[in-house]
Amino acid sequence: MNRNLIAYLVLFALLLAAPFVVYPVLVMQILCFALFACAFNLLLGFTGLLSFGHAAFFGAGAYGAGYALLHWGVTPEVGLAVGTLVATLLGALFGALAIRRQGIYFAMITLALAQMVYFFCLQAPLTGGEDGMQGVPRGKLLGLLSLQPENNAPAYALYYTVLAIFAAGFWLIYRTVHSPFGQILKAIRENEPRALSLGYEVDRYKLLAFTLSAGLAGLAGAMKTLVLGFATLTDVHWQTSGEVVLMNLVGGVGTILGPVIGAGVIITLQNELADKVGPWVTVIMGVIFVVCVLLFRRGIVGEVVGRVKSD
Amino acid sequence: MEIFGRPLPALLGQLLLGLVNGSFYAILSLGLAVIFGLLNIINFAHGALYMAGAFLAWMGLTYFNINYWAALVLAPLIVGAFGIVIERTLLQWLYKLDHLYGLLLTFGLALIIEGIFRYAYGVSGQPYTAPEALSGATDLGFMTLPNYRAWVVLASVLVCLATWFVIERTRLGAYLRAGTENPKLTQAFGINVPLMVTLTYGFGVALAAFAGVLAAPLTQVSPLMGSNLIVVVFAVVVIGGMGSILGSIFTGLGLGVIEGLTKVFYPEASNTVVFVIMVLVLLVRPAGLFGRER
Repeated sequence: MNRNLIAYLVLFALLLAAPFVVYPVLVMQILCFALFACAFNLLLGFTGLLSFGHAAFFGAGAYGAGYALLHWGVTPEVGLAVGTLVATLLGALFGALAIRRQGIYFAMITLALAQMVYFFCLQAPLTGGEDGMQGVPRGKLLGLLSLQPENNAPAYALYYTVLAIFAAGFWLIYRTVHSPFGQILKAIRENEPRALSLGYEVDRYKLLAFTLSAGLAGLAGAMKTLVLGFATLTDVHWQTSGEVVLMNLVGGVGTILGPVIGAGVIITLQNELADKVGPWVTVIMGVIFVVCVLLFRRGIVGEVVGRVKSD
Repeated sequence: MEIFGRPLPALLGQLLLGLVNGSFYAILSLGLAVIFGLLNIINFAHGALYMAGAFLAWMGLTYFNINYWAALVLAPLIVGAFGIVIERTLLQWLYKLDHLYGLLLTFGLALIIEGIFRYAYGVSGQPYTAPEALSGATDLGFMTLPNYRAWVVLASVLVCLATWFVIERTRLGAYLRAGTENPKLTQAFGINVPLMVTLTYGFGVALAAFAGVLAAPLTQVSPLMGSNLIVVVFAVVVIGGMGSILGSIFTGLGLGVIEGLTKVFYPEASNTVVFVIMVLVLLVRPAGLFGRER
């Protein structure tokens, strides 16, 4: 039997059992960032585009969902859809601009565009300025299943909803990467002029990949709002854009499972360290960045796959 | 007297403030362009090193009573030496790889530098007073000119032009340009390219530290002052393109002025106007105003 399939099934089984063993909110947070990191990986790992402004889409999803849930009182699935839609539209717009330049400029443009979103969220009245959106209600899924646990009981309903959405997003990315469309993306990553000379409209594929990635990042952000009940400026800050790059780097850029592992490692680390070392967390993240770039460019999953293959 | 319904002194005041900001954009984007030319690395740590320059000036004055003028020389030297160490120990391993790894590594460095200063001094700013000789203001009749701001613009433009002169008009600059164009061939002519690369990085970050010292008396010296600036400088670099040194200087100063004027006419947009211009330039002239596609 296929070794990859076994790995996925084991991971899924672990995630099914996780809330009985670990604090569910932590796992849900990891799942949100794992989806975010996978969406980012679709762009960096499989299309070869480094976006340094993906927090804009994550944040757009978070704020979009937060606004719909808070002010329109919609059900959670509608809130998630609104957040995803906002991020997708923003992604189409930013993507169309950013793909006009390549390489290093692409990264700088996405960073600058994301900073615009940050200032918008800081100044516009509808996003709540410096406070962001607090106390976003979770509501009832499809108007039936309450996602709000009663009397501090573990949030199982919420957890399995989040897990289902993550699995669906992960599956979509998996299918995309392994589809003919995904093959063309990889061709663009490997050699863009050649893909162009083979007759593929490179810009259209890049834009589509960018939009898809932005939409999924938005879904992850919207889910984060649902889990934590708030959307804040941190969600759109450039540091969040950096974090998602780091998750990919640690887990393994261009591997299917890498971003999931990377998100797990980074979020757990941040959670563990925040109480113990306080402001040093930033320094430690920086050190991990430097070490990964210098010595460990394949990431955890990349190393494992490399070792297994060379045996 | 009023222009477009705004009092002239306010307009000129913001214009000068815009020029001051523009000077910082110019020095920083110039440093980025010089480094990128030879190293093919976009130095994300530029903002953090600019902040380090400002902090070195503040620390010098606070702990060792080193005055502003000495700091203006010492801080760039120290940061430049630090840059040389970074280049020798870290960056030199990346030249054969994709450009993006350089961006990621220097991003990590920026986090480290900023994190250390934040740990030591918190996020609130430290005040730094301008030297006696430059405090006060001169009355020009139509406006009062704060001496220190005038000095910042003057010093920045001089440093930028000196850099331009060295790179475009001297033998050393010719080597540098040759190294940018074709490092292997330049090396074959017996020029020590790796040494030049190291010194270029040191010089580029020293420029950032120089800008930091200039900025210290204008703003509160805070660990966050660099990261807020660097994103704008990236947009400036995208607008100007990194092909031309004079182009970087003009773009930096020009965008500073535009930002200053936006503060007078439509303050809400002053944070984002540079990014909006970037979008327009991308639509009309994707390679940047002074850039060439490569």
